[in-house]
Amino acid sequence: MATNKKKTEATEQTKQNPTLAALLSIIPGLGQMYNRRFIKGSVIFVLFAAFMIAMFDFLSTGVTGLMTLGVEERVDDSRVFLSEGILSLIFLTFFVTFYVLNILDARSDAKKLQMGWKVPGVIEGFRNAWDKGFPYLLVGPGLFLLIFVVLFPLLFMGFLAFTNYSLYNAPPRALLDWVGFKNFIDLFTIGELRSTFFSVLSWTLIWTFMATTLAIAVAMFLAILVNDPRLKFKKFIRTVLILPWAVPGFVTIIIFTALFNDNFGAINADIIQPLFGTAIPWLTEANWTKVALIMIQVWLGFPFVFALFTGVLQGISTDWYEAADMDGASRWQKFKFITFPHLMFATGPLLITQFTFNFNNFNIIYLFNGGGPPVRGQSAGGTDILISWIYNLTFTNSQYSLAAAISIILGLLVATFAFFQFRRSSSFKEEGQY
Amino acid sequence: MASQPMSRKTKNTLELVAMYAIIALVFVIIMYPLLWAFGMSLNPSSNLYGASLIPENWSFVHYEWLFTNPRSNYLTWYKNTLIVSLSVATVGTLLVSFTAYAFSRYRFRGRTYGLYAFLLLQMFPVLMAMVALYILLNTIGLLDSLLGLIIIYIGGNIPMNAFLVKGYFDTLPKELDESAKMDGAGHFRIFFQILLPLAKPILAVVALFNFMNPFMDFILPRIILRSPENYTLALGLFNFVNDQFSNNFTRFAAGAILIAVPIASVYLFLQKYLISGLSAGATKG
Repeated sequence: MATNKKKTEATEQTKQNPTLAALLSIIPGLGQMYNRRFIKGSVIFVLFAAFMIAMFDFLSTGVTGLMTLGVEERVDDSRVFLSEGILSLIFLTFFVTFYVLNILDARSDAKKLQMGWKVPGVIEGFRNAWDKGFPYLLVGPGLFLLIFVVLFPLLFMGFLAFTNYSLYNAPPRALLDWVGFKNFIDLFTIGELRSTFFSVLSWTLIWTFMATTLAIAVAMFLAILVNDPRLKFKKFIRTVLILPWAVPGFVTIIIFTALFNDNFGAINADIIQPLFGTAIPWLTEANWTKVALIMIQVWLGFPFVFALFTGVLQGISTDWYEAADMDGASRWQKFKFITFPHLMFATGPLLITQFTFNFNNFNIIYLFNGGGPPVRGQSAGGTDILISWIYNLTFTNSQYSLAAAISIILGLLVATFAFFQFRRSSSFKEEGQY
Repeated sequence: MASQPMSRKTKNTLELVAMYAIIALVFVIIMYPLLWAFGMSLNPSSNLYGASLIPENWSFVHYEWLFTNPRSNYLTWYKNTLIVSLSVATVGTLLVSFTAYAFSRYRFRGRTYGLYAFLLLQMFPVLMAMVALYILLNTIGLLDSLLGLIIIYIGGNIPMNAFLVKGYFDTLPKELDESAKMDGAGHFRIFFQILLPLAKPILAVVALFNFMNPFMDFILPRIILRSPENYTLALGLFNFVNDQFSNNFTRFAAGAILIAVPIASVYLFLQKYLISGLSAGATKG
């Protein structure tokens, strides 16, 4: 009797049709039940039903709110609509993902059943779920935080760029509207904005290139110099040279602001005036501010690269140099063909991160002179880089949408750069091995 | 012929003198601003006019003010910063090690996309989304609270640090956890008893970075924290000079020295580990 029943079950199990299982899963859980996995099916069904009941209202109002951005003036706050809309989009994405996974799962189970696979018992099934689900459990909390702290704000910024949020049209007083690409078009067609954008962009690029390259050059020179075997007190010298890296950056930048002060700063009063008889307008003349900024960033930035280079130099085998000496190579040739390639090969990716760091180096621009001196007729100061300009537009000028549009452009620049860097990075080359 | 070694020797000496001269110059450039700030902190007057490196009548009046004056919030700020730093260092590091462990040891669906997403998100400065963070914290009522700041620090640090730790986990041999699994160890046991102890060096580096960051960052607190009794050290010090620049610079200098000295000591003392940690992070992605 019992064996007979088992037999029929076994024959039944082989008949499961994958397509039918997938189709049944349009109602989540039904496909799993068809596969005779009743507990799994009902758990899935209950979870999906609970989600639908709990979230349906939120999702539908969220999505409609995202489309309208509020109807009643002074009652509806468009920012709340926007953020709730984004949250519902995020939830919806999760829902759709799980929905698709549920269908795929029913299909693959049915396929396996066709191949003669047996439905595992409750305990085994539970253990399988635990094994398979464990990595998600690990990633879960981090992912959750990441979505709310990083992804949500970035999306919010992205959506904001397509609205008309500005000082004159600010919620909760007024309602926001979708304006399409207007902010981007404005940025490139309104003469004043366009010239500001391109002058800021070009200074950002010059700043990134100059400050980083000079810091690397100084670091390389000093690292090779200190590595000279004839020099004594190496450890002490290296410690002092690392010092600017060890002291908190915002402290040193504020100190430098005082030192560079046009009227009573020590650099003008103690060095420039006695030597040249005239003071340099460090903080009031844009070009001098730029010079000062680059010098300060070299001061701040070279020690880390110096430490990296020192580490590499100590690792270069002396055989190379001995062989070069036998061939009668000059000092320059030794640098060009041995030292330099070694340094670049070992630290290349790190040097690239130095460039990206300076590209978004908000602290020094903001702390030293607030992006100033101000320039007549534009919202960016004479030394503002993109990120500090965005900050000014948001927190001083309340031009939220414009700032968001520029943020998107900045983001695209960063992402393009990142893409090329990642393709070279080792993390992804290793991936193929698994 | 006889003058040949002689001239080489002079050349050698000259070079050495030149090298020491360059290093001396660099020393001056590095030390001057730092010593100047130290001098300022001992200057009893509060303005910068005519201030010299070595004040004529030096005193600890600013240090005293920071600790004893009833209007000074310095100790509260120190406490706030410690709260933030400790929470970020412990919770942040634990979360990061979970994430890194999953990415390093498990092959699960969506893993590659997850890695790409982490890499991409790591590139965007948190600063770019300040307005949104402000509105988000406002809606959930965490504006002007240390908890809000802690959450943002932890979340913002995940992508970069997860890669650092993942890279380190990747270097640990897989046979370790496989043999443990054979012996019947569960997922958590393998993680906490086998991998975590082995990853101590990198976890220490990550924890240290997480711990140091709140001491040095002023811009995020500036956007999130409103009331002076909630300030962190960096923000409080920044406001000394931001409000009325020339009036409080000497007080700023005193407060800054007090945090710069311990931080710089830790950095110098652990530089080898910190730099290797930073390098690993960058080469791994």
